[in-house]
Amino acid sequence: MPAGSSFVRIRLTRPPMTAAEVLTRDQVDRAIARIAHEIAEKHPETSSLVVIGMQSGGVWIAERLAGHLARIAEAPLTGSIDVSMYRDDISMRPVTPVAPSRIPVDLAGRTVVLVDDVLYTGRTVRAALAALNDHGRPGAVRLAVMVDRGHRELPIRPDFVGKNIPTHLDDEVSVGPEGVIVARPGADV
Amino acid sequence: MKHLLSTHDLDVPTVAAIMNVADHMSEINARSVPKVPALLGRTVASVFFEDSTRTRVSFETAAKRLSADTMSFSASTSSVNKGESIRDTIETLSAIGVDAFVVRHASSGVPVSVTEWTDASVVNAGDGWHQHPTQALLDAYTITRELGTGNTLAGVRVAIVGDIKHSRVARSNIDLFARLGARVTLVAPGMLLPAGLAGPGITVTDALDDVLPDVEVLYMLRVQRERMDAGLLPVGGEYSARFGLDERRARMLSGDAIVMHPGPMNRGIEMVMDPAELPGSRILAQVRNGVSVRMAVLFRLLGDGQLGA
Amino acid sequence: MTDNWEHDSGEATAERAGHAVTKKNGATTGGRSIVIKGGTVVNRGGAARADVLVVDGLVSAVGEDLTGDEILDAAGCHVSSGFVDLHAHLREPGREEAETITTGTRAAALGGYTAVVAMPNTEPAQDCPEVVAFVKARAAEAGWCDVHPAGCITVGRLGKVLAAFETLASVGVRIFTDDGNGVQDPLIMRRALEYSRHLGITLAQHCEVARLTEGAVMHEGQCCSAMGVPGWPAIAEELMLHRDIELVRLTGAPMHFLHLSTAGSVDLVRRAKADGLPVTAEVAPHHLALTDELLRGFDPVFKVNPPLRTAADIAALRAGLLDGTIDAVATDHAPHAHHTKQMPLDSAPPGMLGLETALGVVLTAVSPDPVRVVETMSWNPARIAGIGAEHGRPVARGEPANLAVWDSSRVWTVDRASLASKSRNTPFHGMELRGRNVHTLLRGRVTVRDGIAQESGDARSIGSGGGR
Repeated sequence: MPAGSSFVRIRLTRPPMTAAEVLTRDQVDRAIARIAHEIAEKHPETSSLVVIGMQSGGVWIAERLAGHLARIAEAPLTGSIDVSMYRDDISMRPVTPVAPSRIPVDLAGRTVVLVDDVLYTGRTVRAALAALNDHGRPGAVRLAVMVDRGHRELPIRPDFVGKNIPTHLDDEVSVGPEGVIVARPGADV
Repeated sequence: MKHLLSTHDLDVPTVAAIMNVADHMSEINARSVPKVPALLGRTVASVFFEDSTRTRVSFETAAKRLSADTMSFSASTSSVNKGESIRDTIETLSAIGVDAFVVRHASSGVPVSVTEWTDASVVNAGDGWHQHPTQALLDAYTITRELGTGNTLAGVRVAIVGDIKHSRVARSNIDLFARLGARVTLVAPGMLLPAGLAGPGITVTDALDDVLPDVEVLYMLRVQRERMDAGLLPVGGEYSARFGLDERRARMLSGDAIVMHPGPMNRGIEMVMDPAELPGSRILAQVRNGVSVRMAVLFRLLGDGQLGA
Repeated sequence: MTDNWEHDSGEATAERAGHAVTKKNGATTGGRSIVIKGGTVVNRGGAARADVLVVDGLVSAVGEDLTGDEILDAAGCHVSSGFVDLHAHLREPGREEAETITTGTRAAALGGYTAVVAMPNTEPAQDCPEVVAFVKARAAEAGWCDVHPAGCITVGRLGKVLAAFETLASVGVRIFTDDGNGVQDPLIMRRALEYSRHLGITLAQHCEVARLTEGAVMHEGQCCSAMGVPGWPAIAEELMLHRDIELVRLTGAPMHFLHLSTAGSVDLVRRAKADGLPVTAEVAPHHLALTDELLRGFDPVFKVNPPLRTAADIAALRAGLLDGTIDAVATDHAPHAHHTKQMPLDSAPPGMLGLETALGVVLTAVSPDPVRVVETMSWNPARIAGIGAEHGRPVARGEPANLAVWDSSRVWTVDRASLASKSRNTPFHGMELRGRNVHTLLRGRVTVRDGIAQESGDARSIGSGGGR
């Protein structure tokens, strides 16, 4: 599971940070279950939904959301999308694609639930919306995120949120199946 | 490394990174609208001092699918014929605004010199007998994806057959395949085999039939007719009889061996049968992968500003 | 320059030096005496501390505590006969954008040379008395060093028709070569040797079987294989060298071999000399110092013909130079205009500058003893060039004052921009050399002082030509 490794990576590369667990493993599980119920409530035809995780952090959440939806109602289609080729900051920082996009169906007319771990500036979501369009023009796109940490730079708003967490600009937010951690440089959170 | 001049620029992690990005590009190329905005606003100039429709089209398609602008310069339509030097050409195009030059020249080493005349990235699209690094990358990519070996060629048995001496494809492939762990056998008559190419993982023979049953990849090189005319090869069909791929030899290959060729093929010289009859032929896969790999190279050079992992 | 211009200084100090005023062409001291002070004089018997007094173009005394009107400081330096280059391309007439006789001979003087043999691949070629006379006249006018034009073996260096050896010999040509090309046809070469035998001239061969080097760019070997450029195989040199050694055995004519570059060539010459054949051989400084690996960056400044070879070849050439198999170091100074060296490696012309760096390269790469340095850079080449009466003489009373004063421990970094040649194609740019020429005297006139070419000498020689 790729998200599991993100804890390790952040801790290794940013040692002088103070970290605090803001969601436990249990709370993450319950948040995913709750979002699944909210999705099913708003979109009862769950079998026609396409739940798409954003590479890399959104993929495991999308898979678990789809699992819940299958138990609650009917299994949606699932996929993943890599937005590296659509980013607006190519050449401003290294952009390394993780894995190719996997879109199971022409999205034309479909309702897509786009899933990511953390919503921050909104730029990745913008890139994802552009990327989705190259797989057909969806009827609607909904956005589900585990953590909304604020500091939006674009007019983008999530439809389903695991938890709103106020953060500083230089905080590091890591989301994994084991929980959510906020690390802050040199201070207690 | 902001240039791709030679396979010597490609260490194993860099190759793996390029192959991973090429997978993305293959996914994009399979779409109904195979185009992404990644290199919007960048300019890729293909500067071909030697004709090559295939390679030029492959590079320009790659650039366009990444939304880069393309500039096209070929010697036959340019002022090089009027004595303008390569340097003048590069400096002029640079002044117009170029982010990457894709350079082909009949003389070995020209892309190396071009790096001294521009701040843009330079991709070698084939220079003399020297190097053709994107061909090596697309060939290695094709083998790994066809054989399912991940990003490595560890232990893969490859035979490269034909005019090795005059082939930039051979020089690039031998170097890259060996670095990725392949066991490479060079099959050629003595006059087409320069001294000093054997090394770790590389063996040399002139007995093609002995090699065929054991190889997983049979890589046929192009033999130019001019070589025959220049008296380099024996009279009549002797070269084809000893080193050409015919139906008898095709049957000697193991069932899952694949056959590759950089194109364009010389029917009746190295290819003495209809390649369409070859179940193992991956020649068109090479062409398709060529676009993906060149997209990956351009994306890494222009997107990340460096080739390396 | 005329014979009588040296009278302009009008002083009779020559009488003081104790010998007759000899009317040497180009002598400039006009009786004024120069003492080269504090150096180590190199002669065949060895090197010994002594001052050298020069008067009226001649060495008038060698000894302790000499005094004169003018002092050249030679402390820590060797004082020897001026160097003689058997192999320089001065490019004039025909390629004056790369070098002229004036710029080339100024570079030679800076390198310690008092005489150079000018290769005949000019345009037009030095295959007739008119071109030979033109080159000599231009050199005399410039006044930096003596230039001895080599003649061609065949008309236009085309390898078809023998040049007029006797006609050229009668105007002073002593060396004949088609340098740049080897004489491919064995019949023509045999006839050339048979015809030259009694003319008192020497034929010099550029050993290269052209069929084996078509399109060749660099030494055929591992590096060349990896770089994907056409190779210049050692056998192409050795095959012609072997052929010509056998033709010398057959005809008895003397022969000189230019710029040998391979270990095999050294062996062939060593055996020929052991057989008592009248052959001599030269090596270029770059072949003693640089390998083919330098071409990996495709920089045409390292392209030369014959090409840079391997470390094993360098070792054999150094050994050959030290044991006497190789008689001479010859620069193969080959200037090329900047734009031509910016062409792709396969189309750029071969050739390197050499006159100003030769001494430093030999001392740095081979470090022979001073006697061997002078033997291979002055005495032997003067003899081979047939100019042993003027150049390559002992440093002794009564000898022509063609002298080089050089510091074998001076460390300097080659900077192509500060070389005197009109071209910039030195492969040694940025390299550190040990050993440099300090002063040069041509028939007693100081052409180089403290490493600086003495332009006044040039001006004086032109301005004072009373008969002009």
